[in-house]
Amino acid sequence: MTTWQKLLAAAAFLLVVFLVVPWLIAATGRSDLYYTLTSVALLSIASAGVWLTFYIGRINIGQGAFALMGGYVSAILVVRYGVSFWLTLPIAGLFCAAASVLIGLPILRLRGVYFAMVTLVLTEVMRLLALALPITAGAKGIVSIPLPGALTIFGIQIIPDFTTLANPRLAFYLLSVALMVLCFAGLYRLVHSRIGKLCQSLQQNEELASSIGVNIAALRVIAYAISSFLGGLGGAIFVAISQSIYPSSFTVADSVNFMLNCFLGGLGYVFGPMLGTLVLYFGWDLLFQTGELQLLIFSVILIALMLALPNGLLSLRPSSKRRG
Amino acid sequence: MPGLLEISGLTKRFGGLIAVNDVSFDVQGREILSVIGPNGAGKSTLFKLICSFLSPSGGEIAFKGERITGLAPHLVARKGVVRTFQETTIFKNMTVRDNVVIAHHLRSRTNLLGFYLGSAQARRDEAEFARSADEILDFLGLAAIKDEIASNLPHGHLRALGIAIGLATDPTVLLLDEPFAGMNHDETMRAVELVRGVRDRGVTVLLVEHDMQAVMRISDRIVVLNFGQKIAEGSPAEIQRNERVIEAYLGSEDESIGL
Repeated sequence: MTTWQKLLAAAAFLLVVFLVVPWLIAATGRSDLYYTLTSVALLSIASAGVWLTFYIGRINIGQGAFALMGGYVSAILVVRYGVSFWLTLPIAGLFCAAASVLIGLPILRLRGVYFAMVTLVLTEVMRLLALALPITAGAKGIVSIPLPGALTIFGIQIIPDFTTLANPRLAFYLLSVALMVLCFAGLYRLVHSRIGKLCQSLQQNEELASSIGVNIAALRVIAYAISSFLGGLGGAIFVAISQSIYPSSFTVADSVNFMLNCFLGGLGYVFGPMLGTLVLYFGWDLLFQTGELQLLIFSVILIALMLALPNGLLSLRPSSKRRG
Repeated sequence: MPGLLEISGLTKRFGGLIAVNDVSFDVQGREILSVIGPNGAGKSTLFKLICSFLSPSGGEIAFKGERITGLAPHLVARKGVVRTFQETTIFKNMTVRDNVVIAHHLRSRTNLLGFYLGSAQARRDEAEFARSADEILDFLGLAAIKDEIASNLPHGHLRALGIAIGLATDPTVLLLDEPFAGMNHDETMRAVELVRGVRDRGVTVLLVEHDMQAVMRISDRIVVLNFGQKIAEGSPAEIQRNERVIEAYLGSEDESIGL
């Protein structure tokens, strides 16, 4: 695609998510879709993080841990310390990034299935921690978290208090989609800069990468920290929407889903996790009518899709020769 | 005269096995020094020790008088001691050109953030990498296939690509791990010229090799290892006459050391 086509595609996408979708929802009165689409946006932010760890050659099944951590950080700061929700967003992300540096330094030396297993355990460890620590209130969780207040910078109100809004669902939708757009734009830039090539070099051969002078340990940790930042960010907003958080808010199943979103969308494409999340989430909802067969049918379709399209759904696009 | 690279008393044990045993030698600037020896003599281990892919059990390595033992591999590379690989170790899913461009990492004058934001320096760096990559590809005769995906290349070209990746780092010492393995006579002769060309660019070459004919042709000096120990060091002519070397290669000495 040429630069113009890319800009056009981006503009069209922005038009759809910010204007067409809200208009369609208003016209059809299906305001329940806001919740679904908001979830997709937030889950795709967390999945984008997982995608980045795939991009450096690590299978990450532990994003749920950071989503949970980010959720708790935000919830605790808002409820116990009265910090503004807007301030807790970057704090939650940075907290997760810092934690992931500590965790990542030892475990990122592992490769393949070993790294995957450790990250899988991380989610469970985080759940048990949330149960055990006094500050998280254990299994009772943290409930009745207030809606986000107004965001004022230098006396100018940028975002109004959510409690005063007639339609907070729309506000959450716009917030989540805006953040999603920012995250993916940032990720797109990362992948298409020299850093993306360095990440690829890591994915393809770490020994060779270090022999040409790449500080592979540092690069791995940076990528993992960005990944966890996105996980924490997604988790924090999720908690604000549901106004509650429990140790079971993000479980191993969520971690697996984050990974599946990436697989389904395509590991070679920046926008893979976004599409993957959308399809997976809606696919699951659509199968709701099948009742107890839901999981079975869902799984079979997933397996079939992965067999038929090992490079993900985005490999179907016409100009798929070039990696996007 | 102190060497560019001084290896002193280098030892590596794997459990009870002593792979490299108290090996010392110097590498002089702008020479081609070959390390030879029968299979299992410890050549590859020595190689990995020099570029810090393994840490030694004893002894030390100094580069330009500065101890580099125990540094992380990327830091050793940063100092200017860069290895290529024996196997066809390349970035398989990148184009030939991208392989070489990415290998310019050490020449970048901006940091990751600069590259992320596309600063002026980053753009100058990128332009310089591209120019230099094309020059290296030209030099190694890879220009015609620079847009191929690296995994599709035939054997000989892969070797050349490995050297191209090494050269892109702008090394002071380039370590070549069996650059002539699996090549026929003509290919070897071309590769020998190539390695000479690399040296003529001002790069000191240290190579580990099996192919005696090529080694005898190309080397300024040769170090011979057997069972982890250095048994001889000298010019090709001296090595060919050395009793201990002939003994080490006993049974196949005639052909294998080119007597």
